[in-house]
Amino acid sequence: MEKYALLEIIYLIGSVTFIIGLKMMGNARSARNGNLIAAAGMILAILGTLFLHENDVKIVVYALILSAIALGTIVGWMTAKRVQMTKMPELVSMFNGMGGACAALIGLMEYEHNAGSVGAMIAIVAGTVIGSISFSGSIIAFLKLNGTMNKPIRLPSYNIINTIVMISVFAFAGWIAYASSAEGGSLWASSVNGAELSQGSMLFIYLLFAVAIVYGILFTIPIGGADMPVVISLLNSFTGLAAAFGGFLYDNKIMLTGGILVGSAGTLLTLVMCKAMNRPLTNVIFGAFGGSTTSSTTEVKGAIKDASATDIAILMNYSKKVVIVPGYGLAVAQAQHVIHELEQLLEERGVEVKYAIHPVAGRMPGHMNVLLAESNVAYEKLVEMDDINPEFDQTDVVLVVGANDVVNPAAKTDPSSPIYGMPILEVDHAKHIIVNKRSMSAGYAGIDNLLFYDPKCSMFFGDAKKALTELVNELKNLD
Amino acid sequence: MEEIWKFVLENKEIFYFVILSVFVGIEVIGGVPTVLHTPLMSGANAIHGVVIVGAIHVMLHVDPSHILALILGTLAVFLGTLNVVGGFVVTDRMLEMFKKKK
Repeated sequence: MEKYALLEIIYLIGSVTFIIGLKMMGNARSARNGNLIAAAGMILAILGTLFLHENDVKIVVYALILSAIALGTIVGWMTAKRVQMTKMPELVSMFNGMGGACAALIGLMEYEHNAGSVGAMIAIVAGTVIGSISFSGSIIAFLKLNGTMNKPIRLPSYNIINTIVMISVFAFAGWIAYASSAEGGSLWASSVNGAELSQGSMLFIYLLFAVAIVYGILFTIPIGGADMPVVISLLNSFTGLAAAFGGFLYDNKIMLTGGILVGSAGTLLTLVMCKAMNRPLTNVIFGAFGGSTTSSTTEVKGAIKDASATDIAILMNYSKKVVIVPGYGLAVAQAQHVIHELEQLLEERGVEVKYAIHPVAGRMPGHMNVLLAESNVAYEKLVEMDDINPEFDQTDVVLVVGANDVVNPAAKTDPSSPIYGMPILEVDHAKHIIVNKRSMSAGYAGIDNLLFYDPKCSMFFGDAKKALTELVNELKNLD
Repeated sequence: MEEIWKFVLENKEIFYFVILSVFVGIEVIGGVPTVLHTPLMSGANAIHGVVIVGAIHVMLHVDPSHILALILGTLAVFLGTLNVVGGFVVTDRMLEMFKKKK
Protein backbone atom coordinates (compact mmCIF):
# COMPACT_ATOMS: atom_id res chain seq x y z
CA MET A 1 0.00 0.00 0.00
CA GLU A 2 2.56 2.57 1.07
CA LYS A 3 4.75 1.44 -1.81
CA TYR A 4 2.10 2.43 -4.32
CA ALA A 5 1.50 5.74 -2.60
CA LEU A 6 5.21 6.44 -2.70
CA LEU A 7 5.32 5.50 -6.39
CA GLU A 8 2.51 7.95 -7.14
CA ILE A 9 4.46 10.69 -5.36
CA ILE A 10 7.53 9.84 -7.40
CA TYR A 11 5.50 10.01 -10.60
CA LEU A 12 4.15 13.37 -9.54
CA ILE A 13 7.66 14.69 -8.93
CA GLY A 14 8.76 13.21 -12.25
CA SER A 15 5.93 14.94 -14.11
CA VAL A 16 6.86 18.25 -12.55
CA THR A 17 10.52 17.84 -13.53
CA PHE A 18 9.43 17.24 -17.14
CA ILE A 19 7.43 20.45 -17.22
CA ILE A 20 10.10 22.52 -15.51
CA GLY A 21 12.83 20.89 -17.60
CA LEU A 22 11.08 21.67 -20.88
CA LYS A 23 10.40 25.22 -19.77
CA MET A 24 14.05 25.75 -18.86
CA MET A 25 15.14 24.30 -22.19
CA GLY A 26 13.42 27.24 -23.86
CA ASN A 27 16.10 29.62 -22.65
CA ALA A 28 19.74 29.40 -23.70
CA ARG A 29 21.10 30.05 -20.24
CA SER A 30 19.07 27.57 -18.26
CA ALA A 31 18.71 24.97 -21.01
CA ARG A 32 21.40 22.57 -19.91
CA ASN A 33 20.15 22.43 -16.34
CA GLY A 34 16.62 21.96 -17.61
CA ASN A 35 17.69 18.88 -19.49
CA LEU A 36 19.45 17.50 -16.42
CA ILE A 37 16.41 18.13 -14.22
CA ALA A 38 14.18 16.22 -16.61
CA ALA A 39 16.75 13.43 -16.75
CA ALA A 40 16.83 13.22 -12.96
CA GLY A 41 13.03 12.97 -12.87
CA MET A 42 13.20 10.19 -15.46
CA ILE A 43 15.75 8.19 -13.47
CA LEU A 44 13.64 8.56 -10.34
CA ALA A 45 10.55 7.34 -12.20
CA ILE A 46 12.39 4.34 -13.63
CA LEU A 47 13.82 3.31 -10.26
CA GLY A 48 10.43 3.75 -8.63
CA THR A 49 8.73 1.58 -11.26
CA LEU A 50 11.38 -1.09 -10.86
CA PHE A 51 11.26 -1.43 -7.11
CA LEU A 52 8.04 0.04 -5.73
CA HIS A 53 5.55 -2.70 -6.44
CA GLU A 54 4.17 -5.74 -4.71
CA ASN A 55 4.28 -8.22 -7.54
CA ASP A 56 5.95 -11.51 -7.16
CA VAL A 57 8.55 -11.17 -9.88
CA LYS A 58 10.85 -14.03 -10.77
CA ILE A 59 14.59 -13.42 -10.55
CA VAL A 60 14.96 -14.32 -14.23
CA VAL A 61 12.58 -11.57 -15.22
CA TYR A 62 14.37 -9.05 -13.05
CA ALA A 63 17.67 -10.13 -14.55
CA LEU A 64 16.26 -9.61 -18.03
CA ILE A 65 14.93 -6.16 -17.22
CA LEU A 66 18.12 -5.01 -15.56
CA SER A 67 20.38 -6.35 -18.28
CA ALA A 68 18.20 -4.72 -20.95
CA ILE A 69 18.51 -1.43 -19.09
CA ALA A 70 22.25 -1.85 -18.61
CA LEU A 71 22.81 -2.70 -22.26
CA GLY A 72 20.54 0.11 -23.41
CA THR A 73 22.40 2.58 -21.21
CA ILE A 74 25.81 1.54 -22.52
CA VAL A 75 24.78 1.53 -26.17
CA GLY A 76 22.78 4.76 -25.89
CA TRP A 77 25.50 6.56 -23.99
CA MET A 78 28.30 5.49 -26.30
CA THR A 79 26.42 6.35 -29.48
CA ALA A 80 25.35 9.72 -28.14
CA LYS A 81 28.85 10.57 -26.95
CA ARG A 82 30.68 9.43 -30.04
CA VAL A 83 28.53 10.84 -32.76
CA GLN A 84 29.77 13.95 -34.54
CA MET A 85 27.84 17.14 -34.00
CA THR A 86 26.88 17.17 -37.66
CA LYS A 87 25.16 13.81 -37.29
CA MET A 88 23.01 14.87 -34.38
CA PRO A 89 19.69 15.29 -36.22
CA GLU A 90 19.72 11.75 -37.55
CA LEU A 91 20.61 10.43 -34.14
CA VAL A 92 17.64 12.20 -32.59
CA SER A 93 15.52 10.58 -35.27
CA MET A 94 16.96 7.16 -34.48
CA PHE A 95 16.30 7.47 -30.74
CA ASN A 96 12.80 8.66 -31.51
CA GLY A 97 12.22 5.52 -33.55
CA MET A 98 13.36 3.38 -30.64
CA GLY A 99 10.80 5.03 -28.37
CA GLY A 100 8.10 4.42 -30.96
CA ALA A 101 9.07 0.76 -31.26
CA CYS A 102 8.97 0.44 -27.50
CA ALA A 103 5.41 1.80 -27.43
CA ALA A 104 4.36 -0.52 -30.25
CA LEU A 105 5.79 -3.57 -28.46
CA ILE A 106 3.89 -2.68 -25.31
CA GLY A 107 0.72 -2.66 -27.37
CA LEU A 108 1.50 -6.05 -28.92
CA MET A 109 2.09 -7.59 -25.52
CA GLU A 110 -0.91 -6.11 -23.77
CA TYR A 111 -3.36 -6.93 -26.52
CA GLU A 112 -4.04 -10.50 -25.44
CA HIS A 113 -4.76 -9.58 -21.82
CA ASN A 114 -7.31 -6.88 -22.34
CA ALA A 115 -10.20 -8.26 -24.33
CA GLY A 116 -13.54 -6.88 -23.33
CA SER A 117 -12.38 -3.48 -22.20
CA VAL A 118 -13.16 -0.62 -24.54
CA GLY A 119 -10.76 1.91 -23.03
CA ALA A 120 -7.86 -0.50 -22.80
CA MET A 121 -8.34 -1.72 -26.37
CA ILE A 122 -8.46 1.79 -27.79
CA ALA A 123 -5.28 2.63 -25.95
CA ILE A 124 -3.54 -0.56 -27.03
CA VAL A 125 -4.49 -0.35 -30.67
CA ALA A 126 -3.73 3.37 -30.88
CA GLY A 127 -0.38 2.93 -29.12
CA THR A 128 0.57 0.12 -31.47
CA VAL A 129 -0.39 1.99 -34.62
CA ILE A 130 1.18 5.33 -33.70
CA GLY A 131 4.29 3.73 -32.21
CA SER A 132 4.86 1.62 -35.33
CA ILE A 133 4.39 4.56 -37.69
CA SER A 134 6.79 6.59 -35.62
CA PHE A 135 9.29 3.73 -35.62
CA SER A 136 9.45 3.01 -39.33
CA GLY A 137 9.08 6.69 -40.24
CA SER A 138 11.99 7.64 -38.01
CA ILE A 139 14.20 4.93 -39.45
CA ILE A 140 13.50 6.22 -42.96
CA ALA A 141 14.19 9.78 -41.78
CA PHE A 142 17.44 8.54 -40.29
CA LEU A 143 18.48 6.86 -43.53
CA LYS A 144 17.62 9.97 -45.50
CA LEU A 145 19.56 12.29 -43.26
CA ASN A 146 22.67 10.19 -43.19
CA GLY A 147 22.63 9.98 -46.94
CA THR A 148 21.94 6.27 -47.37
CA MET A 149 18.67 7.10 -49.03
CA ASN A 150 19.27 10.48 -50.56
CA LYS A 151 16.62 10.73 -53.25
CA PRO A 152 12.99 11.00 -52.35
CA ILE A 153 11.15 7.98 -53.69
CA ARG A 154 7.90 8.80 -55.37
CA LEU A 155 5.52 6.02 -56.19
CA PRO A 156 3.14 6.92 -58.98
CA SER A 157 0.23 8.85 -57.47
CA TYR A 158 1.70 8.31 -54.03
CA ASN A 159 -0.71 10.75 -52.44
CA ILE A 160 -3.65 8.56 -53.32
CA ILE A 161 -1.87 5.35 -52.32
CA ASN A 162 -0.76 6.87 -49.04
CA THR A 163 -4.20 8.15 -48.24
CA ILE A 164 -5.75 4.77 -49.01
CA VAL A 165 -3.19 2.98 -46.85
CA MET A 166 -3.71 5.51 -44.07
CA ILE A 167 -7.46 5.09 -44.13
CA SER A 168 -7.16 1.32 -44.16
CA VAL A 169 -4.73 1.36 -41.23
CA PHE A 170 -7.14 3.42 -39.17
CA ALA A 171 -10.19 1.47 -40.28
CA PHE A 172 -8.45 -1.80 -39.48
CA ALA A 173 -7.32 -0.43 -36.12
CA GLY A 174 -10.83 0.74 -35.30
CA TRP A 175 -12.28 -2.59 -36.28
CA ILE A 176 -9.82 -4.52 -34.12
CA ALA A 177 -10.45 -2.25 -31.17
CA TYR A 178 -14.17 -2.61 -31.61
CA ALA A 179 -14.22 -6.34 -32.20
CA SER A 180 -11.91 -7.25 -29.37
CA SER A 181 -13.52 -4.97 -26.84
CA ALA A 182 -17.10 -6.06 -27.42
CA GLU A 183 -17.72 -8.67 -24.76
CA GLY A 184 -20.50 -10.79 -26.09
CA GLY A 185 -21.06 -10.18 -29.75
CA SER A 186 -17.46 -10.38 -30.75
CA LEU A 187 -16.51 -11.29 -34.26
CA TRP A 188 -14.64 -14.22 -32.86
CA ALA A 189 -17.14 -14.80 -30.09
CA SER A 190 -16.02 -18.28 -29.21
CA SER A 191 -12.47 -17.23 -28.59
CA VAL A 192 -13.24 -14.46 -26.14
CA ASN A 193 -13.22 -16.03 -22.75
CA GLY A 194 -12.92 -13.53 -19.97
CA ALA A 195 -9.84 -11.50 -20.63
CA GLU A 196 -7.74 -13.73 -22.82
CA LEU A 197 -7.86 -13.70 -26.59
CA SER A 198 -7.09 -16.70 -28.71
CA GLN A 199 -4.07 -17.19 -30.90
CA GLY A 200 -6.18 -16.52 -33.96
CA SER A 201 -7.09 -13.02 -32.97
CA MET A 202 -3.49 -12.34 -31.97
CA LEU A 203 -2.77 -12.57 -35.65
CA PHE A 204 -4.78 -9.41 -36.20
CA ILE A 205 -2.69 -7.25 -33.93
CA TYR A 206 0.50 -8.44 -35.60
CA LEU A 207 -1.04 -7.72 -38.96
CA LEU A 208 -1.99 -4.26 -37.76
CA PHE A 209 1.56 -3.75 -36.54
CA ALA A 210 2.90 -4.74 -39.96
CA VAL A 211 0.51 -2.50 -41.87
CA ALA A 212 1.32 0.46 -39.64
CA ILE A 213 5.04 -0.12 -40.24
CA VAL A 214 4.40 -0.05 -43.98
CA TYR A 215 2.40 3.14 -43.65
CA GLY A 216 5.23 4.79 -41.70
CA ILE A 217 7.56 4.01 -44.57
CA LEU A 218 5.15 5.22 -47.26
CA PHE A 219 4.49 8.36 -45.25
CA THR A 220 8.15 9.33 -45.06
CA ILE A 221 9.77 8.22 -48.33
CA PRO A 222 8.28 10.84 -50.64
CA ILE A 223 9.32 13.70 -48.38
CA GLY A 224 12.47 15.52 -49.46
CA GLY A 225 15.52 15.80 -47.27
CA ALA A 226 15.08 19.50 -46.71
CA ASP A 227 11.82 18.81 -44.94
CA MET A 228 13.16 16.05 -42.74
CA PRO A 229 13.47 18.21 -39.61
CA VAL A 230 9.76 18.92 -39.77
CA VAL A 231 9.03 15.24 -40.21
CA ILE A 232 11.26 14.27 -37.31
CA SER A 233 9.57 16.82 -35.12
CA LEU A 234 6.19 15.46 -36.17
CA LEU A 235 7.19 11.85 -35.54
CA ASN A 236 8.59 12.99 -32.22
CA SER A 237 5.18 14.20 -31.19
CA PHE A 238 3.68 10.92 -32.49
CA THR A 239 5.89 8.95 -30.14
CA GLY A 240 4.80 11.26 -27.34
CA LEU A 241 1.21 10.43 -28.20
CA ALA A 242 1.96 6.70 -28.25
CA ALA A 243 3.54 7.01 -24.79
CA ALA A 244 0.45 8.86 -23.59
CA PHE A 245 -1.78 6.01 -24.76
CA GLY A 246 0.40 3.68 -22.74
CA GLY A 247 -0.17 5.93 -19.76
CA PHE A 248 -3.89 5.76 -20.36
CA LEU A 249 -3.75 1.98 -20.52
CA TYR A 250 -1.98 1.63 -17.18
CA ASP A 251 -3.55 4.71 -15.65
CA ASN A 252 0.07 5.78 -15.26
CA LYS A 253 0.23 9.51 -14.75
CA ILE A 254 3.86 10.11 -15.61
CA MET A 255 3.50 8.40 -18.96
CA LEU A 256 0.43 10.53 -19.57
CA THR A 257 2.06 13.83 -18.65
CA GLY A 258 5.35 13.04 -20.37
CA GLY A 259 3.63 11.76 -23.48
CA ILE A 260 1.06 14.52 -23.86
CA LEU A 261 3.59 17.21 -23.04
CA VAL A 262 5.84 16.00 -25.84
CA GLY A 263 2.85 15.41 -28.09
CA SER A 264 1.55 18.95 -27.83
CA ALA A 265 4.91 20.69 -27.55
CA GLY A 266 6.19 18.64 -30.50
CA THR A 267 3.19 19.54 -32.62
CA LEU A 268 3.63 23.22 -31.85
CA LEU A 269 7.36 22.98 -32.62
CA THR A 270 6.52 21.33 -35.93
CA LEU A 271 4.18 24.17 -36.85
CA VAL A 272 6.75 26.78 -35.82
CA MET A 273 9.33 25.12 -38.08
CA CYS A 274 6.89 25.06 -40.97
CA LYS A 275 6.29 28.73 -40.41
CA ALA A 276 10.02 29.39 -40.56
CA MET A 277 10.03 27.82 -44.01
CA ASN A 278 6.80 29.56 -44.93
CA ARG A 279 5.10 26.32 -45.89
CA PRO A 280 1.97 24.82 -44.39
CA LEU A 281 2.38 21.39 -42.82
CA THR A 282 0.05 19.80 -45.36
CA ASN A 283 2.37 21.04 -48.07
CA VAL A 284 5.32 19.33 -46.40
CA ILE A 285 3.50 16.03 -46.12
CA PHE A 286 1.49 15.90 -49.31
CA GLY A 287 3.17 18.33 -51.65
CA ALA A 288 6.60 16.91 -51.10
CA PHE A 289 9.27 18.48 -53.24
CA GLY A 290 12.78 17.49 -54.13
CA GLY A 291 11.87 15.38 -57.13
CA SER A 292 13.62 15.92 -60.42
CA THR A 293 10.50 16.27 -62.49
CA THR A 294 8.58 18.87 -60.50
CA SER A 295 10.04 21.98 -62.05
CA SER A 296 12.12 22.13 -65.12
CA THR A 297 10.36 25.26 -66.25
CA THR A 298 13.03 27.72 -65.19
CA GLU A 299 15.53 28.15 -67.95
CA VAL A 300 18.97 28.86 -66.78
CA LYS A 301 20.63 31.74 -68.58
CA GLY A 302 24.12 33.08 -68.41
CA ALA A 303 27.46 31.63 -67.59
CA ILE A 304 29.12 30.61 -64.40
CA LYS A 305 32.25 32.39 -63.27
CA ASP A 306 35.04 30.64 -61.51
CA ALA A 307 37.26 32.35 -58.97
CA SER A 308 40.59 31.33 -57.49
CA ALA A 309 41.55 31.45 -53.83
CA THR A 310 43.99 34.28 -54.56
CA ASP A 311 41.31 36.45 -56.18
CA ILE A 312 38.96 35.89 -53.29
CA ALA A 313 41.63 36.55 -50.69
CA ILE A 314 42.45 39.90 -52.29
CA LEU A 315 38.80 40.79 -52.67
CA MET A 316 38.07 40.05 -49.05
CA ASN A 317 41.19 41.73 -47.82
CA TYR A 318 40.06 45.05 -49.29
CA SER A 319 36.44 44.91 -48.28
CA LYS A 320 34.80 46.52 -45.29
CA LYS A 321 32.15 44.03 -44.54
CA VAL A 322 31.96 40.28 -45.17
CA VAL A 323 28.95 38.11 -44.40
CA ILE A 324 29.38 34.37 -44.23
CA VAL A 325 26.40 32.15 -45.02
CA PRO A 326 27.08 28.72 -43.58
CA GLY A 327 25.12 25.71 -44.76
CA TYR A 328 25.12 22.01 -44.29
CA GLY A 329 28.05 21.59 -46.68
CA LEU A 330 30.20 23.40 -44.14
CA ALA A 331 29.07 21.02 -41.45
CA VAL A 332 29.68 17.93 -43.56
CA ALA A 333 33.19 19.05 -44.42
CA GLN A 334 33.84 19.82 -40.73
CA ALA A 335 34.92 23.27 -41.78
CA GLN A 336 33.51 25.16 -38.79
CA HIS A 337 36.96 25.64 -37.27
CA VAL A 338 38.58 26.89 -40.47
CA ILE A 339 35.79 29.35 -41.03
CA HIS A 340 36.36 30.72 -37.55
CA GLU A 341 40.03 31.13 -38.42
CA LEU A 342 39.10 32.99 -41.58
CA GLU A 343 36.80 35.22 -39.57
CA GLN A 344 39.58 36.05 -37.10
CA LEU A 345 42.09 36.78 -39.87
CA LEU A 346 39.69 39.17 -41.55
CA GLU A 347 38.79 40.88 -38.31
CA GLU A 348 42.48 41.46 -37.62
CA ARG A 349 42.61 43.32 -40.90
CA GLY A 350 39.71 45.51 -39.92
CA VAL A 351 37.05 43.73 -41.92
CA GLU A 352 33.70 43.39 -40.23
CA VAL A 353 32.56 39.76 -40.33
CA LYS A 354 29.12 38.37 -39.55
CA TYR A 355 27.38 35.07 -40.03
CA ALA A 356 23.93 34.97 -41.56
CA ILE A 357 21.93 32.12 -40.11
CA HIS A 358 18.88 30.97 -42.00
CA PRO A 359 16.24 29.42 -39.71
CA VAL A 360 16.69 26.04 -41.38
CA ALA A 361 20.44 26.24 -42.02
CA GLY A 362 21.99 22.86 -41.47
CA ARG A 363 19.52 20.10 -41.04
CA MET A 364 17.41 21.48 -38.24
CA PRO A 365 16.57 24.90 -36.88
CA GLY A 366 19.43 25.96 -34.66
CA HIS A 367 21.71 23.21 -35.91
CA MET A 368 24.15 25.70 -37.43
CA ASN A 369 24.34 27.71 -34.22
CA VAL A 370 25.32 24.58 -32.33
CA LEU A 371 28.04 23.76 -34.84
CA LEU A 372 29.52 27.24 -34.90
CA ALA A 373 29.34 27.52 -31.14
CA GLU A 374 31.41 24.35 -31.06
CA SER A 375 34.25 26.14 -32.83
CA ASN A 376 34.01 29.16 -30.50
CA VAL A 377 32.39 31.62 -32.85
CA ALA A 378 31.01 34.44 -30.71
CA TYR A 379 27.29 34.29 -30.20
CA GLU A 380 26.78 37.93 -31.25
CA LYS A 381 28.28 37.26 -34.67
CA LEU A 382 25.50 34.88 -35.56
CA VAL A 383 22.74 37.01 -37.01
CA GLU A 384 19.30 35.67 -37.79
CA MET A 385 17.75 36.07 -41.21
CA ASP A 386 15.38 38.96 -40.53
CA ASP A 387 18.13 41.03 -38.95
CA ILE A 388 20.79 40.39 -41.56
CA ASN A 389 18.71 40.80 -44.72
CA PRO A 390 18.65 44.64 -44.62
CA GLU A 391 22.44 44.61 -44.15
CA PHE A 392 23.27 42.89 -47.43
CA ASP A 393 23.01 46.20 -49.29
CA GLN A 394 26.06 47.47 -47.44
CA THR A 395 27.93 44.21 -47.66
CA ASP A 396 30.98 43.96 -49.90
CA VAL A 397 31.40 40.22 -50.03
CA VAL A 398 29.05 37.40 -49.17
CA LEU A 399 30.70 34.04 -48.76
CA VAL A 400 28.25 31.18 -49.11
CA VAL A 401 29.71 27.96 -47.79
CA GLY A 402 27.85 24.79 -48.57
CA ALA A 403 24.44 26.43 -48.54
CA ASN A 404 22.18 26.40 -51.55
CA ASP A 405 18.42 26.52 -51.27
CA VAL A 406 18.41 29.16 -48.54
CA VAL A 407 20.05 31.66 -50.91
CA ASN A 408 18.16 30.73 -54.07
CA PRO A 409 16.42 33.84 -55.44
CA ALA A 410 13.90 31.58 -57.18
CA ALA A 411 12.12 31.44 -53.83
CA LYS A 412 11.17 35.07 -54.42
CA THR A 413 10.98 35.41 -58.16
CA ASP A 414 9.76 32.14 -59.63
CA PRO A 415 6.24 31.07 -58.63
CA SER A 416 6.72 27.70 -60.33
CA SER A 417 9.68 26.85 -58.13
CA PRO A 418 8.97 24.28 -55.44
CA ILE A 419 10.62 26.49 -52.86
CA TYR A 420 8.67 29.56 -53.93
CA GLY A 421 7.59 31.50 -50.86
CA MET A 422 10.32 30.24 -48.58
CA PRO A 423 12.04 33.20 -46.93
CA ILE A 424 15.65 33.38 -48.07
CA LEU A 425 18.82 35.24 -47.28
CA GLU A 426 18.92 38.03 -49.84
CA VAL A 427 22.58 37.68 -50.66
CA ASP A 428 22.08 38.96 -54.21
CA HIS A 429 21.93 42.48 -52.74
CA ALA A 430 25.60 42.36 -51.84
CA LYS A 431 28.33 43.71 -54.11
CA HIS A 432 30.09 40.39 -54.59
CA ILE A 433 28.95 36.87 -53.96
CA ILE A 434 31.33 33.96 -53.58
CA VAL A 435 29.80 30.52 -53.47
CA ASN A 436 31.82 27.61 -52.23
CA LYS A 437 30.40 24.27 -53.31
CA ARG A 438 31.80 20.90 -54.11
CA SER A 439 30.23 20.76 -57.53
CA MET A 440 27.42 22.23 -59.56
CA SER A 441 24.93 19.65 -58.33
CA ALA A 442 21.58 20.87 -57.08
CA GLY A 443 20.87 21.45 -53.42
CA TYR A 444 18.88 19.37 -51.00
CA ALA A 445 15.61 20.44 -52.51
CA GLY A 446 16.93 19.16 -55.84
CA ILE A 447 16.50 22.37 -57.80
CA ASP A 448 18.78 24.63 -59.75
CA ASN A 449 20.05 27.82 -58.17
CA LEU A 450 19.66 31.01 -60.19
CA LEU A 451 22.09 32.80 -57.94
CA PHE A 452 25.04 31.01 -59.50
CA TYR A 453 24.32 32.67 -62.83
CA ASP A 454 24.20 36.14 -61.34
CA PRO A 455 26.94 38.32 -62.89
CA LYS A 456 28.04 39.34 -59.39
CA CYS A 457 28.50 35.77 -58.34
CA SER A 458 31.69 33.71 -58.59
CA MET A 459 32.00 30.04 -57.82
CA PHE A 460 34.77 28.70 -55.68
CA PHE A 461 34.66 24.96 -56.15
CA GLY A 462 36.04 22.45 -53.71
CA ASP A 463 35.45 20.71 -50.43
CA ALA A 464 34.63 23.43 -47.88
CA LYS A 465 37.45 22.58 -45.52
CA LYS A 466 40.12 22.33 -48.22
CA ALA A 467 38.95 25.41 -50.07
CA LEU A 468 38.72 27.52 -46.94
CA THR A 469 42.13 26.40 -45.73
CA GLU A 470 43.51 27.46 -49.08
CA LEU A 471 41.79 30.80 -48.71
CA VAL A 472 43.16 31.28 -45.21
CA ASN A 473 46.69 30.55 -46.45
CA GLU A 474 46.31 33.02 -49.32
CA LEU A 475 45.16 35.66 -46.86
CA LYS A 476 48.20 35.04 -44.69
CA ASN A 477 50.46 35.36 -47.73
CA LEU A 478 49.07 38.77 -48.58
CA ASP A 479 51.16 40.55 -45.99
CA MET B 1 -23.28 2.46 -27.34
CA GLU B 2 -23.73 1.55 -23.66
CA GLU B 3 -20.04 0.71 -23.56
CA ILE B 4 -19.06 4.11 -24.83
CA TRP B 5 -21.14 6.00 -22.29
CA LYS B 6 -19.63 3.89 -19.56
CA PHE B 7 -16.20 4.56 -20.96
CA VAL B 8 -16.78 8.32 -20.88
CA LEU B 9 -18.07 8.27 -17.33
CA GLU B 10 -15.28 6.08 -16.05
CA ASN B 11 -12.55 8.20 -17.56
CA LYS B 12 -13.80 11.73 -17.16
CA GLU B 13 -10.86 12.87 -15.00
CA ILE B 14 -8.42 11.59 -17.57
CA PHE B 15 -10.02 13.76 -20.23
CA TYR B 16 -9.47 16.86 -18.13
CA PHE B 17 -5.97 15.71 -17.42
CA VAL B 18 -5.23 15.31 -21.12
CA ILE B 19 -6.66 18.68 -22.10
CA LEU B 20 -4.80 20.53 -19.37
CA SER B 21 -1.54 18.77 -20.25
CA VAL B 22 -1.94 19.80 -23.87
CA PHE B 23 -2.19 23.42 -22.78
CA VAL B 24 0.81 23.07 -20.51
CA GLY B 25 2.81 21.63 -23.42
CA ILE B 26 1.88 24.51 -25.71
CA GLU B 27 2.50 27.09 -23.00
CA VAL B 28 5.92 25.69 -22.16
CA ILE B 29 7.16 25.78 -25.74
CA GLY B 30 5.69 29.14 -26.73
CA GLY B 31 8.15 31.86 -27.73
CA VAL B 32 11.26 29.73 -27.84
CA PRO B 33 14.00 31.24 -30.05
CA THR B 34 14.80 29.34 -33.27
CA VAL B 35 18.32 28.74 -32.04
CA LEU B 36 16.98 26.38 -29.41
CA HIS B 37 14.64 24.34 -31.58
CA THR B 38 17.04 21.50 -32.20
CA PRO B 39 18.02 20.93 -28.57
CA LEU B 40 14.41 21.37 -27.54
CA MET B 41 13.23 18.75 -29.98
CA SER B 42 15.97 16.49 -28.74
CA GLY B 43 15.00 17.12 -25.13
CA ALA B 44 11.35 16.39 -25.85
CA ASN B 45 12.52 13.25 -27.61
CA ALA B 46 14.25 12.11 -24.43
CA ILE B 47 11.17 12.86 -22.34
CA HIS B 48 8.87 10.65 -24.37
CA GLY B 49 11.32 7.91 -23.50
CA VAL B 50 9.06 7.67 -20.47
CA VAL B 51 7.42 4.80 -22.39
CA ILE B 52 10.12 2.73 -20.75
CA VAL B 53 8.04 2.90 -17.56
CA GLY B 54 5.31 1.08 -19.46
CA ALA B 55 7.77 -1.48 -20.79
CA ILE B 56 9.03 -2.20 -17.27
CA HIS B 57 5.44 -2.43 -16.10
CA VAL B 58 4.71 -5.08 -18.73
CA MET B 59 7.76 -7.05 -17.72
CA LEU B 60 6.83 -6.97 -14.04
CA HIS B 61 3.53 -8.63 -14.91
CA VAL B 62 4.81 -11.03 -17.53
CA ASP B 63 4.24 -14.73 -17.35
CA PRO B 64 7.80 -16.12 -17.11
CA SER B 65 6.89 -19.20 -19.11
CA HIS B 66 5.69 -17.14 -22.07
CA ILE B 67 8.91 -16.96 -24.07
CA LEU B 68 7.68 -14.65 -26.82
CA ALA B 69 6.40 -12.17 -24.25
CA LEU B 70 9.73 -12.27 -22.43
CA ILE B 71 11.63 -11.57 -25.62
CA LEU B 72 9.36 -8.73 -26.73
CA GLY B 73 9.33 -7.23 -23.25
CA THR B 74 13.09 -7.30 -22.88
CA LEU B 75 13.44 -5.76 -26.31
CA ALA B 76 10.95 -3.05 -25.35
CA VAL B 77 12.90 -2.22 -22.18
CA PHE B 78 16.14 -2.10 -24.18
CA LEU B 79 14.70 0.22 -26.85
CA GLY B 80 13.11 2.44 -24.23
CA THR B 81 16.42 2.76 -22.41
CA LEU B 82 18.15 3.70 -25.66
CA ASN B 83 15.58 6.44 -26.17
CA VAL B 84 15.97 7.81 -22.65
CA VAL B 85 19.74 7.61 -22.23
CA GLY B 86 20.64 8.51 -25.81
CA GLY B 87 18.12 11.32 -25.83
CA PHE B 88 19.31 13.03 -22.68
CA VAL B 89 23.01 12.58 -23.45
CA VAL B 90 22.68 13.99 -26.98
CA THR B 91 20.70 16.94 -25.68
CA ASP B 92 23.31 17.60 -23.04
CA ARG B 93 26.05 17.55 -25.66
CA MET B 94 24.21 20.09 -27.78
CA LEU B 95 23.53 22.39 -24.87
CA GLU B 96 27.10 22.16 -23.68
CA MET B 97 28.03 24.06 -26.84
CA PHE B 98 25.79 26.94 -25.86
CA LYS B 99 27.32 27.25 -22.45
CA LYS B 100 30.95 27.24 -23.47
CA LYS B 101 31.09 30.72 -24.89
CA LYS B 102 29.93 32.35 -21.67
